[in-house]
Amino acid sequence: MTTDLQTIFPELILAVYAMLALVGAVYTGKDNLTGPITWLTAAIMAALALWIGTGNATMGEAFGGMFIADPFARFAKVAILIAAAAVLLAGQEAVARRGLGRFEYPLLIALATVGMMMMVSAGDLMALYMGLELQSLALYVVAAMNRESVKSTEAGMKYFVLGALSSGLLLYGASLVYGYAGTTLFSGIIGAASDGEIGLGLLVGLVFVSAGLAFKVSAVPFHMWTPDVYEGAPTPVTAFFATAPKLAAMGLFARVLFDAFGGAVGDWQQIIALMSVLSMFLGAIAAIGQTNIKRLMAYSSIAHMGFALMGLAAGTAIGVEAMLVYMAIYLTMNVGTFAFIMSMERDGKPVVEIASLNQFAKAEPLKALAMLVLLFSLAGVPPMVGFFGKLYVLRAAVDGGLTWLAVGGVIASVIGAFYYLRIVYFMYFGETEGQAQAPMSPAAWVALMGSAAIMVLGVINLFGIDTAAAAAAQALVN
Amino acid sequence: MVGLEHYLGLAGALFVIGIFGLFLNRKNVIILLMSIELMLLSVNINLVAFSSYLGDLVGQVFTLFVLTVAAAEAAIGLAILVSFFRNRGTIAVEDVNVMKG
Repeated sequence: MTTDLQTIFPELILAVYAMLALVGAVYTGKDNLTGPITWLTAAIMAALALWIGTGNATMGEAFGGMFIADPFARFAKVAILIAAAAVLLAGQEAVARRGLGRFEYPLLIALATVGMMMMVSAGDLMALYMGLELQSLALYVVAAMNRESVKSTEAGMKYFVLGALSSGLLLYGASLVYGYAGTTLFSGIIGAASDGEIGLGLLVGLVFVSAGLAFKVSAVPFHMWTPDVYEGAPTPVTAFFATAPKLAAMGLFARVLFDAFGGAVGDWQQIIALMSVLSMFLGAIAAIGQTNIKRLMAYSSIAHMGFALMGLAAGTAIGVEAMLVYMAIYLTMNVGTFAFIMSMERDGKPVVEIASLNQFAKAEPLKALAMLVLLFSLAGVPPMVGFFGKLYVLRAAVDGGLTWLAVGGVIASVIGAFYYLRIVYFMYFGETEGQAQAPMSPAAWVALMGSAAIMVLGVINLFGIDTAAAAAAQALVN
Repeated sequence: MVGLEHYLGLAGALFVIGIFGLFLNRKNVIILLMSIELMLLSVNINLVAFSSYLGDLVGQVFTLFVLTVAAAEAAIGLAILVSFFRNRGTIAVEDVNVMKG
């Protein structure tokens, strides 16, 4: 029992901290404490990331295999914690400026982060469900955080209804998997589900679980909520949606597919490949007509999820490695991009129209340059790091025998490059003046410049994340 | 004799009714919440039926977790609904349309 508790110690710390801080803040300063609580939450997340990342946290299985702390979980947790802390700090000032500086916000993010850490460590259908719901329930609330705004509450409502539907689908699948495999443990399911002899009940369960998870990663055809929720939610919240939860859902997807259904790769490969190609194309094509940069980023994230799914579809350790590298790069790019989007305003009011960025480079050349690097990287233009992320997944797809998928990915990324470059065009060569400004807090400035710098400097060796991702993938696919 | 398949059939039917309730309902957001609840409860029937059939308690433990989460989910759903109603003055599904999509 004590070793079990040691294994889940990082999650315990964050969960206990969130609950204590919630009670403490209610009885003392309430919203006056928002600033310190935000910094404290981010500091705890960063400390946990350091602790887990340096390998000092206890590894192994806990609670009879329900909770797995392996190199895969370690990689995902470090990325989730860093992304969550970065988004909290970068968004702090933007949250306060809009009068949303409630102390519950950083604590809900902390609870969502605990849920995400549970998700990537899940070794059992129950652990999977509880982690997923802890994350989702906290996110429904933060989406509707701006209670005065019709858009924000509508976004919260849409997210809630569709999220609950996806949880329902996932749960129905989980119940079938339990019934036909006779156990909820992934280590038991993998024995019952192997290529060729997977029963109909298990197959139906697998399809339902995949559909539920596809909702969470916003893969086509389960993407409908994404643009509306991204547009309606307050921008700092959107920044959070676009980063850590995506990696957590992707990690959970990989866990289920490889830990529980790793013996039936042939049965799920086609489903994932189809979702991947549809996501890439829909994300690339539907984003072209957007005038709202948050909606555009929603379609951009759908397209990026398509690429990440391509890594999973390969069904190999290289594929999982490629997926992890791709997601880590995607997180970094989005933190920087959203640090910029959060700060966009005109006459002191936040704006989201792309046209307002016309001739932005004249007013703020340095920030425009950082955005140029990030947008090129999002589009996958060499020599930015984003290009290498795409290269990894394309190589994995070809190695896994999915050449048609890789070809589709290249075509989709060429189409998708158009709308990223259009923003760059507006910023540098826009005809009328858009008059947008981007006053930034130091934290947001650091996030923007830091992620732009990583996109350029990372080409040297990707900061070694590829070796960590390879070790993680080896642990998952054996 | 009522066997496993009857329970699975009942759960499947309730689940489908829940999904159709979500998609066909054009009237009221409360009905969406009821449909979601119906889906989760049909899963519970499934889990309990399997648990009894397999002679394995895990399914019933799972059911308790699902019930707890469903209660929390309903609370959050109603809270969001209340703040939406304050802004919009209506809870008709057709009026959840400020953003296109």
